[in-house]
Amino acid sequence: MSNYLNCKKGLFSWLFTRDHKRIALLYMITVFSFFIVGGFFALLIRLELFKVGETIVNSAFYNQLMTYHGAVMIFMVIIPGIPAFLGNFVLPLQIGAKDVAFPTVNLLSWYCLVIGAFVTLTSLFLGGVDTGWTFYTPYSIETGTAVIPVVLGAFIMGFSSILTGLNFIVTIHQLRAPGMSFFKMPLFVWSLYSTAIIQVLATPVLAITLLLLVAERVLKVGVFDPAMGGDPILFQHFFWFYSHPAVYIMILPAMGVISELICAFSRKRIFGYKALVFASLGIAVVSFFVWGHHMYVSGQSEWAGIVFSVLTMLVGVPTAVKIFNWIATMFRGSLKFDTPFLYALGFLFLFLIGGVTGYMLAVLPFDVHVHDTYFVVAHFHYVMVGGSIMGIMGGFYYWFPKMFGRLYNEGMGQLGFALIFIGFNVTFFPQFILGINGMPRRYADYKAPYEALNQISTVGSWLIALGFIVAFTFLLWAMFKGRKASANPWGAKTLEWQSSSPPPHENFLETPVVTKEAYE
Amino acid sequence: MKDNKNLAHHFNSYKDQIRAEKIGMWLFLATEILMFGGLFVGYTIYHAEYTKVFKVGAEFLNWKKGAINTVVLLFSSWTMVMSIYYAQKDQIKKCQMMLGTTLVCGFLFMFIKYLEYSHKFHEGIFPGIYFSYTGSAFVEDLPLYFSFYYLMTGLHASHVFIGMALIFWMLIKTYKKQINSSHYMPLEYVGLFWHLVDLIWIFLFPLLYLVE
Amino acid sequence: MTDYVARLEKLEHFLIGISFLVCVLIVIVFVYFSFRYKRKRDDEKLEESSHHNTILEFTWSFIPFVIFMGSFVWGWILYSDFRREAPRDSLEIHVYGQKWNWEFVYKNGRKTSNELFVPVKRSVKLIMTSRDVIHSFYIPTFKIKQDVLPGLYTSLWFKANRKGRFEVFCTEFCGTGHSTMGAKLKVMSLEDWNNWLKTDPYKNLSLVEVGQKVFQGRCTACHNSTKEKLIGPGLAGIYNTQRELEGGMTLLADENYLRESILNPSAKISKGYANQMTPFAGLLSEEELSGLIEYIKSLN
Repeated sequence: MSNYLNCKKGLFSWLFTRDHKRIALLYMITVFSFFIVGGFFALLIRLELFKVGETIVNSAFYNQLMTYHGAVMIFMVIIPGIPAFLGNFVLPLQIGAKDVAFPTVNLLSWYCLVIGAFVTLTSLFLGGVDTGWTFYTPYSIETGTAVIPVVLGAFIMGFSSILTGLNFIVTIHQLRAPGMSFFKMPLFVWSLYSTAIIQVLATPVLAITLLLLVAERVLKVGVFDPAMGGDPILFQHFFWFYSHPAVYIMILPAMGVISELICAFSRKRIFGYKALVFASLGIAVVSFFVWGHHMYVSGQSEWAGIVFSVLTMLVGVPTAVKIFNWIATMFRGSLKFDTPFLYALGFLFLFLIGGVTGYMLAVLPFDVHVHDTYFVVAHFHYVMVGGSIMGIMGGFYYWFPKMFGRLYNEGMGQLGFALIFIGFNVTFFPQFILGINGMPRRYADYKAPYEALNQISTVGSWLIALGFIVAFTFLLWAMFKGRKASANPWGAKTLEWQSSSPPPHENFLETPVVTKEAYE
Repeated sequence: MKDNKNLAHHFNSYKDQIRAEKIGMWLFLATEILMFGGLFVGYTIYHAEYTKVFKVGAEFLNWKKGAINTVVLLFSSWTMVMSIYYAQKDQIKKCQMMLGTTLVCGFLFMFIKYLEYSHKFHEGIFPGIYFSYTGSAFVEDLPLYFSFYYLMTGLHASHVFIGMALIFWMLIKTYKKQINSSHYMPLEYVGLFWHLVDLIWIFLFPLLYLVE
Repeated sequence: MTDYVARLEKLEHFLIGISFLVCVLIVIVFVYFSFRYKRKRDDEKLEESSHHNTILEFTWSFIPFVIFMGSFVWGWILYSDFRREAPRDSLEIHVYGQKWNWEFVYKNGRKTSNELFVPVKRSVKLIMTSRDVIHSFYIPTFKIKQDVLPGLYTSLWFKANRKGRFEVFCTEFCGTGHSTMGAKLKVMSLEDWNNWLKTDPYKNLSLVEVGQKVFQGRCTACHNSTKEKLIGPGLAGIYNTQRELEGGMTLLADENYLRESILNPSAKISKGYANQMTPFAGLLSEEELSGLIEYIKSLN
């Protein structure tokens, strides 16, 4: 039967495709490739920190490793990860559309990502960059390393994010199947909608910030340079005005994936649908007003710190609501522990820890103590990896049969999960303790008392690597050799499962008509 | 309308498609405003901190040239609207004339901008580290004002340039008979962009030239 | 350590305690559900259960809200204490951050680098600024930290209530030597401190010894006293040799070259090194400068 994978052949039918499903697979390839690159940097970082003193790399090189690890993982993996990869594939299918609203723009945004990534990585051949992914001024103005290509690359990748967000908002508004009102949309669609709002409204501010940074380096315009009357803290305000909402670009869609997984594998309607919808929207809105919690010790005023602290606490409420709703959905369900559901449970556990430590960090004097220590590093890895990566992996396993029409190997999927989950906790839990004991982040070397916990952490990183090797190897194998999948192997209720696996070129042979509530 | 050749395959009707395009365009304009917004916020903060310096800086600028440019852009917005009006009436000749006028206005704007820039450069007022003016009106931190002047007008000028390229593209489309009363939407989107460029200038002019 | 630490630890214990409790409760529930509701047959019938309950949902939104707000208020009270103006009778010490060491200047003009000496049971106010990029002054044991900015003063104060040696870290990323930018805080009795303050660090020292002392305080983050390259060149054997510069020129490293390279390092960059040293113009006395040059000469 003709499907989107075999309807056209040849490399150019992929590189110039406007089919959202094919574009999603292009994103899949780029995102996972960069994930491997970023992961490799992470392993080197952990290896250097295995022992006190300089072991495999010197501090200049270490600083570059940590910069590239951050920049690659954030701009090239997590931000495009769920929205552009899973979202592109699933969104039109879930709302019963033939494609996204602007297919050409969709392809353009993939090219923006690739070109931006290419520009960023050219810096590797110009001596590398060592500012950290945050590019704080005035260090980023003064350093002799190749800041400009990295910043320009991030600028171009920003367009990718903006265009994807814009596309999704219009798609959701205009292309829903007959009968699918807003409150009948699956929660993944809602989470993409909330994410898209942030992508469209926050990313332009990053764009102008990065342009200013380039101007600062080329012309020394002085806007962020105290020597010329400028204010370096203004850069931090601008940067976090984007980058805090960006945290929710990373986590909101993962939350959407988890809602789908928990419903499908509990065979239940979601508990508190509307609460979850408004929680997503609420998080998106409040996320614009909490950026100052990255700057409690930056020298901003005392009152600013207090206001940002209370607003940050407010974000905690919808987040807690989500966790309770997911668990309530499992109540009296019929739970099947397939790999995607294991990732969902892994998400619940890790995100819970990431969440409560986030709440601890919102408390001002505690943050003053652990700000820029390993406590923060552990916290955001629990949220980013424990949240976003668990979301990407869970979603990937879940929609894998739909994407390729084949089933993955369940046993190997579970083994991969177990290794990643255990390895993750072994790597990052000790970092909470290191942080409370005062070990600063971005340190190429540390004092002897911190060594034991660092060694545990490094061993954990090897487990994670092993887990991903297992997971990716068997997924790759299943892509080509896996058993054929039926249209709806999980018995899930959302629209994408009504189409064949893999779906035909225009998704549905007949436009679906929606009469039921989501997950009913 | 189902058989309209401009209808993309995944829309049910041309009307739906236009609505989608319009929402998309407005979202895009919102991102543009936010991007400029960063500069406006920066301007506001430094204006509050260096009010006197900014006043001195504004006195360097020729408000008459700025005012002429404001009029030029306002007029071009009107001609842009008229070109869409004529396209809707299938009066393509008049539409082309109006588009052409808009394009000429764009050139005029850029020419005046060029005069202003070259005058500044002549006095040694370059952006950032290249600032070399040492005349009698120099005050400390003056380069910071001109950093904002060049950043804001520079980013704006790049948008005028992009707008002109788009208008030129539309002009070609009219000659290729791709714009008519049943398909004039591209013209309207370019028009929206052009109005945004105009609008931003209307904010820039008083902030930079007339600031007290 | 300080009263503030004692009060903060109470808050920390509360935060960790309640977080742990909440995590354990939630994990117990979902692990229990996982076993209780495991799918036994593929076609099993589900019991009816509701998918919406306003009272329940309100409750589980309201309880976290109360906990969050309570923690916020507790944090606010303590934070106001932390940010409070230092007491009037505080001892004031100026702190300069630069790549990559800390310099402390006391009221009587005494300077130390990478070692901060303070008396016990006396409020100490640090008035801090940076000579280059942003640094952050962090005393982990006292659980306090403040960014140190160029072109602006920020301050931090504390009152240590026992003697001892404590670590100081830089916690804002500041480049290659970031992880080595530490200092030692030495809390001593008031009497000892007063005596220490009056000592002349260079008393009875030869010029080379003065130089060595300066070198150990200010230069070791980037320079070895051997030939081995660190961030900057190793200083042994540099004097009186031809130095190849960035751009192809070569120059004899005489006293004047060394002097310029210390005071205004960006004037001439040795081949293979980045221009990242902070200028020492105005930071060293003539005696210290001559000492340093003599010390470098003595390494040959």
